[in-house]
Amino acid sequence: MSEMLPQSRYRGRRRRNATATALALAATAIGLGWLVLILGALLWQGFSGLSVAVFTEMTPPPGSAGGLLNPIFGSLILTVLAVAIGTPIGILAGTYMAEYGRYDVLTTVVRFINDILLSAPSIVVGLFIYEVMVAPMGHFSGLAGGVALAVLVIPVVVRTTEDMLTLVPNALREAATSIGLPRSLTITRICYRAARAGMLTGVLLAVARISGETAPLLFTSLNNQFWSTNLNAPIASLPVVIFQFALSPYKDWQALAWTGALIITLAVLALSITARALVATGKQS
Amino acid sequence: MNSSRSRSVADVAIQQRGLVAAVPGSRAKVLDRLRLGDAAFRQLTRAAAIAVLVLLSAVMFSLVKGSIPALKAFGLGFLASERWNPVTENFGALPAIYGTVITSFIAMLFAVPIGLMIAFFLTELCPLWLRRPIGIAIELLAGIPSIIYGIWGLFVFAPFLQETLQPFLIDTVGNVPFIGPLFGGPPYGIGLLTAGLILAIMVLPFITSISRDVFEAVPTVLKEAAYGLGCTTWEVARNVVMPYARVGVIGGIMLALGRALGETMAVTFVIGNAHRISASLLAPGTTISATIANEFTEAVGDLYTSALIALGLILFVITFIVLAIARYLLLRIERRIG
Repeated sequence: MSEMLPQSRYRGRRRRNATATALALAATAIGLGWLVLILGALLWQGFSGLSVAVFTEMTPPPGSAGGLLNPIFGSLILTVLAVAIGTPIGILAGTYMAEYGRYDVLTTVVRFINDILLSAPSIVVGLFIYEVMVAPMGHFSGLAGGVALAVLVIPVVVRTTEDMLTLVPNALREAATSIGLPRSLTITRICYRAARAGMLTGVLLAVARISGETAPLLFTSLNNQFWSTNLNAPIASLPVVIFQFALSPYKDWQALAWTGALIITLAVLALSITARALVATGKQS
Repeated sequence: MNSSRSRSVADVAIQQRGLVAAVPGSRAKVLDRLRLGDAAFRQLTRAAAIAVLVLLSAVMFSLVKGSIPALKAFGLGFLASERWNPVTENFGALPAIYGTVITSFIAMLFAVPIGLMIAFFLTELCPLWLRRPIGIAIELLAGIPSIIYGIWGLFVFAPFLQETLQPFLIDTVGNVPFIGPLFGGPPYGIGLLTAGLILAIMVLPFITSISRDVFEAVPTVLKEAAYGLGCTTWEVARNVVMPYARVGVIGGIMLALGRALGETMAVTFVIGNAHRISASLLAPGTTISATIANEFTEAVGDLYTSALIALGLILFVITFIVLAIARYLLLRIERRIG
């Protein structure tokens, strides 16, 4: 009996190991299975509604055919606006953190706060912009939607800019300084150039992040059934239209919602893959 | 371009600003201007960094300001009241807080073990050639916008649960004493359980990718020493890797929890938007973010709007605390890894 014990204990350990391995395999299968299920449903439902009309016609009233031209256009405008506002602020803030105050208290605090902003609930950002822009102006507007998205762009750009500038070798800065280049020119002409691919990646990731954001747009840019380029008025956007159409009882609206969801997902995937490729080529060179 | 390279950099800088560097007097002037520009750029970047701080304070300030009418009207009772009646303008946050906490709890219950096991698989078991593709696939899953999870949950997942899992749960676990009421009532499809499961799928990639990163950071020497003693793969993972990576893993879990608490679109589609606290997890409920998303544009009257903003304030404070703890823990492990 006493000779059997180590044997059976060893067998027990082997068995536990086998169980854990099987569980790990099962967990991975479940994780990847969801991805397949979700993308599968999306492709299946989205492609069946995909046609030229989606890109050329306006959102229809219930019960008639139409497309998603105005929300697609609206989303593009809002994204451009958000990037135009958010990127400069983000890059400048990241520049301070990496170049001027790398070991400052200010930098440590900003980094901490920025990381929290990075994953703060986006619906709160919507409420914030409603309070500071929509309520004082008295009406919903595309401008407010763009600013709301810009608030989400800033932390992503700050983070990547800081990380990428920190990776620039100090020898480059020293060389530039030694031939008499002022600090600001060292940064804009040397460091920015060296970190260009990484900083661009940050902007792409930020665009990927905001292109599917719905919550901050619900009560800032609202929605618009018609073609509008007026930033001072409500403007349609893909996520909000998907939200409205998917929850409606009309079959053709629901089909359009699926198609819109497919378009957003493909755009986001394309952006993240491009960003990934950029980082890969940046590392090689 | 070649000719300009042979000249001094200061000259190039001067020329690119459209100035001529021929006269010595103007050269001094230009250098002065460069010095001024230098200081200006520095202050500009500093201002942008401070703007990030101002942004967070402004969010906090505007939420507090917006919720003052509701907090004045209901006081601290707002947190404990179950009423939500827009007609009589009587509001309480308890059902929304309850729904937020319960759905996030369900999400964590499923996502944490599965995420850790995937990370264990990716770092210890998976063949090398397969690691990158699976890792990328999981990161892509993290990038899918939440509204996609929402629409999938509404049209595919909720009907599926309504027909399969929920009747099964009602018939079996529903009759067990004590935990039975959790699975009582008719199978609606939508509800707290469905929302929690969707959230679990959503936060799974966050937990997986952070745990994988901290598992990979465990020194190989430690693992080899354990293997040398005759440990099995699981024993190494359980007794060496996980304890070493604990702080980072908890940080990752808190980060995912922060996401789950504040998630709006994935939940709003499948929660049912019912302002009540039901014993059953299968019943419709609501969360803070779903309430705001569903009702804010239709809210008439200052008190209604203010009550919704107060809900937003509660959400922001809760997620701020959770995320701050997460970042603190992750910062600690980053320092240790160096």
